[in-house]
Amino acid sequence: MYQFSGKLKTFSLALIIFGVIGIAFSFYNGSQKTLEDAKHVIEASSSEGHGSSHGEAEKAAHVTEVKKVDNIVSGVHDSGKNVDKTMSGHGAHDDDSHAEHVLHQLQNRPWSAFYVALFFSLGITLLVLAFYAIQRVAQVGWSVVILRVMEAITGNLLPVSILMVLVVIASVMHLNHLFPWMAEGTFDTTSENYDPIVDGKSWWINSTRFVIRSIVYLLIWNAYRFFIRKGSIKEDTANDGNKTYKKNYNASVIFLFLFMITETTMSWDWIMGLDPHWFSTLFGWYVLSTLLVSALTVIAFFTIYFRSKDLLPGINDSHIHDLAKFMFGFSIFWTYLWFSQFMLIWYADIPEETTYFVARFTEYKLPFLGMVVMNFVFPILLLLNSDYKSKPWFVFIGGVVILAGHYMDVFIMIMPSTVGANWYFGIPEISSLCFFIGLMIYTTLRSFSKANTIPKGNPFLKESEHFHYYNIEHSDEGSTDHH
Amino acid sequence: MEASKVIHAFYTDDEVLLDAVKAVKAEHHHIEEVFCPFPVHGLDKAMGLAPTRLAITAFFYGLTGLAFSIWMTNYIMIEDWPQDIGGKPSFSWMENMPAFVPIMFELTVFFAAHLMVITFYMRSRIWPFKDAENPDPRTTDDHFLMEIPVHNNNEEALTSLLARTGAVEINVVDKH
Repeated sequence: MYQFSGKLKTFSLALIIFGVIGIAFSFYNGSQKTLEDAKHVIEASSSEGHGSSHGEAEKAAHVTEVKKVDNIVSGVHDSGKNVDKTMSGHGAHDDDSHAEHVLHQLQNRPWSAFYVALFFSLGITLLVLAFYAIQRVAQVGWSVVILRVMEAITGNLLPVSILMVLVVIASVMHLNHLFPWMAEGTFDTTSENYDPIVDGKSWWINSTRFVIRSIVYLLIWNAYRFFIRKGSIKEDTANDGNKTYKKNYNASVIFLFLFMITETTMSWDWIMGLDPHWFSTLFGWYVLSTLLVSALTVIAFFTIYFRSKDLLPGINDSHIHDLAKFMFGFSIFWTYLWFSQFMLIWYADIPEETTYFVARFTEYKLPFLGMVVMNFVFPILLLLNSDYKSKPWFVFIGGVVILAGHYMDVFIMIMPSTVGANWYFGIPEISSLCFFIGLMIYTTLRSFSKANTIPKGNPFLKESEHFHYYNIEHSDEGSTDHH
Repeated sequence: MEASKVIHAFYTDDEVLLDAVKAVKAEHHHIEEVFCPFPVHGLDKAMGLAPTRLAITAFFYGLTGLAFSIWMTNYIMIEDWPQDIGGKPSFSWMENMPAFVPIMFELTVFFAAHLMVITFYMRSRIWPFKDAENPDPRTTDDHFLMEIPVHNNNEEALTSLLARTGAVEINVVDKH
């Protein structure tokens, strides 16, 4: 059994409290924004030049030139401001409606910052749960000694699910402007906000169904987590000819089936719904891959930590090596899906699809390109070598970059649709991150302390304890241990 | 001193063979070669063979393929005849890069895979019409064979050691 370390408890609670204060501050700050602030931002962006969100000064001549070609619909060379207008539902070009648009973006910022971290945290926890279910269904031998680590991480699922429900309900209640299709009058033909494109999709995206679907996803996931956690602990002492084990197996099969459906629709609802004019068929897989690689990294982190505290007897360098192989493989899988989505849209260049990447490429160039380096180039060079993959500190360094890169990926999925060019990585983003990191550490260690650190009743435990990848020399063994 | 005779010890089980290899190594005898009908897990470690560097060569072959594909796409599509094909930007390689990625990927894999395989053939001296080198046809079916060179009249000591390790047949033959 594991005793929740007092130092880490204090540390995680400090992160949570720091996060709450920062979040509260940014929400207060965001709610204070007025139309005047928005106009100020617009003025500042036209005098400083636009196209780059950091306001690198461009020539005033360029600004006027861009204004002249304002009406041209197309775009790689459009400025960030144009993209805003194209992307916004109302598309009006006079100052006041533009100011209102920018105001919404400013007000969205604390919500988006919170939402990015919330979705990332929820997604990681969910994919740890899914990976755990896969281990059970595939009857994997090597990972049995770390099943309890995965289980512990999924302890985070319930609190983040509750927060997700709150955000969904707040959005439906018009407390924010995250989802443009929720705006008043979008489905009303007499309203000036009427949007025929979104109206055509109203059988899927309408508030009632959105809330019901969101709650159904979360209920399914939490139900499996509740059932499997209970069943897994029962396995330790069951001694019933593997009956409990088989029951858990069946539950995992059913969960994986439901998970694949709900994961796809979840990514439509919670991420693609932020851009109701845009659609992509492989989006569900893409979201899956980014969350899966992050989930594996988090599993590796906690495994390395628990191993360093001697809490996982039977774990050796080969287990770390396998986790790192998964991190490496799914990093490349992520790149494959990211590139497939990008390249197909770039190649065909259909306006209704391309706007998505134009907005990201013009307003988020550094994070957009930076994340490819962090999520692809870095892991491929660092984790290609078999020896490096079995060194915990190497895996840790690779993991930090992978996690940062995939946070950036979620950031780029969400932010351009909600705050547009008015993004910045500041107090709202950092405090939200701190809050969810603290929450994950707290919930994980807490549930890890509530059960045996290894699943004693699992029929594959012995195999897992003797797991050995052939060309890895374990640091804690003599030359006589392997033959 | 070059040995003119070798001992051929036959085994019928890979576990017995592994223990025999360890026993012979423990007595500091040099093992010339071991012939097996299938890969025996851990044999290379027991014999103390150096790890292969084939993966490292593959990495560099892959880089070669990547460089070749970048040079080729840049020369053909951008430098030599930059046409406007369906509105694709052919002003610079970078602007048209996404269209080249599939070919870059495939050539990287092609170079890495094929050159590595050829390297393997050359290092292992395998080619068509090459004369087979196994000293006994049974080693391709169900027997394992350990070949130990005979030095300084240690023939008898070696033979008795091998007999103790469970060899089913021990022959002293002239080196071919």
